Amino acid sequence: MSAKSSIPQPMLEIRNLKASIDGKEILKGINLTVNAGEVHAIMGPNGSGKSTLAAVLAGREVFEVTGGEVTYCGQDLLSMAPEIRAREGIFLGFQYPVEIPGVSMVNFMRTAVNEKRKYLGQPEMGAADFLKLMRDRKALVDLDTSLANRSVNEGFSGGEKKRNEIFQMAMLEPKLAILDETDSGLDIDALKTVANGVNRLKNKENAVIVITHYQRLLDYIVPDFVHVLFDGRIVRSGDKRLAFELEEKGYDWIREAN
Amino acid sequence: MVPFIIAESHEIMNADQDQIISQVTQTEYKYGFVTDVESDALPKGLNEDIVRQISEIKGEPDWMLEFRLKAYRYWTTMKLPEWAHLKLPVIDYQDIIYYSAPRSRQPLGSLDEVDPELIETFNKLGIPLDEQKQLAGVAVDAVMDSISVKTTFRDALAGQGIIFCSFSEAVREHPDLVKKYMGSVVPYRDNFFASLNSAVFSDGSFVFIPKGVRCPMELSTYFRINAANTGQFERTLIIAEEGAYVSYLEGCTAPKRDKNQLHAAIVEIIAHTDAEVKYSTVQNWYPGDREGKGGIYNFVTKRGICMGDRSKISWTQVETGSAITWKYPSCILRGDHSVGEFYSVAVTNNHQQADTGTKMIHLGKNTRSIIVSKGISAGLSNNSYRGLVRVSKNADHARNFSQCDSLLLGDRCGAHTFPYIEVDNQSAVVEHEATTSKIGEDQIFYCNQRGIDTETAVGLIVNGYAREVLNKLPMEFAVEAQKLLQITLEGSVG
Repeated sequence: MSAKSSIPQPMLEIRNLKASIDGKEILKGINLTVNAGEVHAIMGPNGSGKSTLAAVLAGREVFEVTGGEVTYCGQDLLSMAPEIRAREGIFLGFQYPVEIPGVSMVNFMRTAVNEKRKYLGQPEMGAADFLKLMRDRKALVDLDTSLANRSVNEGFSGGEKKRNEIFQMAMLEPKLAILDETDSGLDIDALKTVANGVNRLKNKENAVIVITHYQRLLDYIVPDFVHVLFDGRIVRSGDKRLAFELEEKGYDWIREAN
Repeated sequence: MVPFIIAESHEIMNADQDQIISQVTQTEYKYGFVTDVESDALPKGLNEDIVRQISEIKGEPDWMLEFRLKAYRYWTTMKLPEWAHLKLPVIDYQDIIYYSAPRSRQPLGSLDEVDPELIETFNKLGIPLDEQKQLAGVAVDAVMDSISVKTTFRDALAGQGIIFCSFSEAVREHPDLVKKYMGSVVPYRDNFFASLNSAVFSDGSFVFIPKGVRCPMELSTYFRINAANTGQFERTLIIAEEGAYVSYLEGCTAPKRDKNQLHAAIVEIIAHTDAEVKYSTVQNWYPGDREGKGGIYNFVTKRGICMGDRSKISWTQVETGSAITWKYPSCILRGDHSVGEFYSVAVTNNHQQADTGTKMIHLGKNTRSIIVSKGISAGLSNNSYRGLVRVSKNADHARNFSQCDSLLLGDRCGAHTFPYIEVDNQSAVVEHEATTSKIGEDQIFYCNQRGIDTETAVGLIVNGYAREVLNKLPMEFAVEAQKLLQITLEGSVG
């Protein structure tokens, strides 16, 4: 690779990405560039490939990448194992957070934080520092203290699960957060709490991709760019006004145009 | 923990689910070394003469020889039981050495007299025989092949009237106690392997806690098989007098050998009125290689009797080793208000087979028992829980609660539950719950996405699953057991 150029490289560059599951092509050539400091919203009707895009970026094996390239911070993302992507700063907020019985949130997060620190050549975090960090970050998303002592997502309500995702994001301080329908199933108060947490974590060094079906989340997390995904391709890109236009005209407008 | 290797993890990532499971590998069994020490052994094979020779070597009184001979004669009339859910190989009992003792330069006594090679062996196993170097609060009886090498802290314990010594010594020095209790819980006619053991047992541990004494340290026996072609047949006898308390732990390892070796032990526990005995096992016999070659056949009879009112016996076992495990630590609840407990984690990987569980026999009134069994199967292994809860006619208001959970890693292993419930008293309350679960691909991916590699994720999930049982172990050993679970399942991802 050449020496670092003075032109800032994009954080994420997706070129003509194609992916399929069980032989069925879902992503049919995605192009997207995300720079540090930006918030991108990806919208689209059900089945357009939004969640598949998120899963492929995170490295889920059930999807087969059949073409294209993804560069993340100058590295070939697609050749990295999912845990390496995570340690390199990619965070996926799950649409359906997974329950892991018997594993406490504290233990889970401590393992995650220390695995990342080990990977980055940093010393493991001691118990006292870790618990302090947990307390700080829990406050950020209003997470009930008792949840931290319970098993990962087990018996959490829908809203608690989503807040728990943002809590984990706060703990891991990712460079690139991909939030997959984090708004689904949330009432308006929970939505505000979650959005507030995301906004407070946002800075010039990191980036967020918000995947959503509805415009309402974007009232709280204001995107710099909005992309419309349809049938495995980004068919429109624009600023936040595109989200309003979509809300007004509905997805049929896109369907008819394509 | 295992250092993270990127190349390996890529391999795992690129393989599909089935391939991952087929990659079931095991870290090298850590305890597979052989100690180079000369042994005095009897020739292979089993007959009355061998039984007599064992007794003679040990300088036993006549009554002990008589016991052995009765057992041997009875054993020759018996057949191997076939009810277990195990593929039992044909064992040639004439091809086994029944007595093998590491040769000592001097008669054993103080540590100075123990062969340095043996001290080194136990050091390597993490069991220092030097009292200064031991875990505070744990006394150890170290048994290699057919003899006890060293029992630590015995003098300190003797001050309180506690007897902790090898079984052979107990026969010599406390014959009345041995005569009274040996075979009282597991008679020599009990079962095929119990009869065999009664005929040829060579050593083991003896524990006696006198009335009202709370044993101030954990007592532990470490069993090591070293010699090839040798079977290990030990007996442990624990007696807790009225109001006494003791916590006892056993550990076991063996060298890696291509040929299977037989281990057939007996443990008997007697708890008198208000006495409590906690018996914990971390079983890590050599399990055989990935193709199922070699490994220990572990056929063990463990049983305790709650003789007196309000007495309590608690079994905790973490079973990770052995090619075959056949083992049902049980409680006979004779005293009124007596309590029996059984907490078990049994892990099988590769070609291992385990058929394990417990029997809770309620005889007294208001007796209670609890059974918590966690089976974890990986690879091509088979893991069965088999348990009996019997409430007899007079056991008014007996209660039992059983929880049997199975966790499957992959789809080529088996988990089975065989609960037997026999209730002859209307006032009894017997509950049984069972679950079967798998580690899901979605759980693994969730962990991966948080930066946790697959090996570590499986370890987290399995330890979380087994936590309820691991919590019952004495603290020092709980940590060891946790690591052991992780190592046993390394590479076996479901």
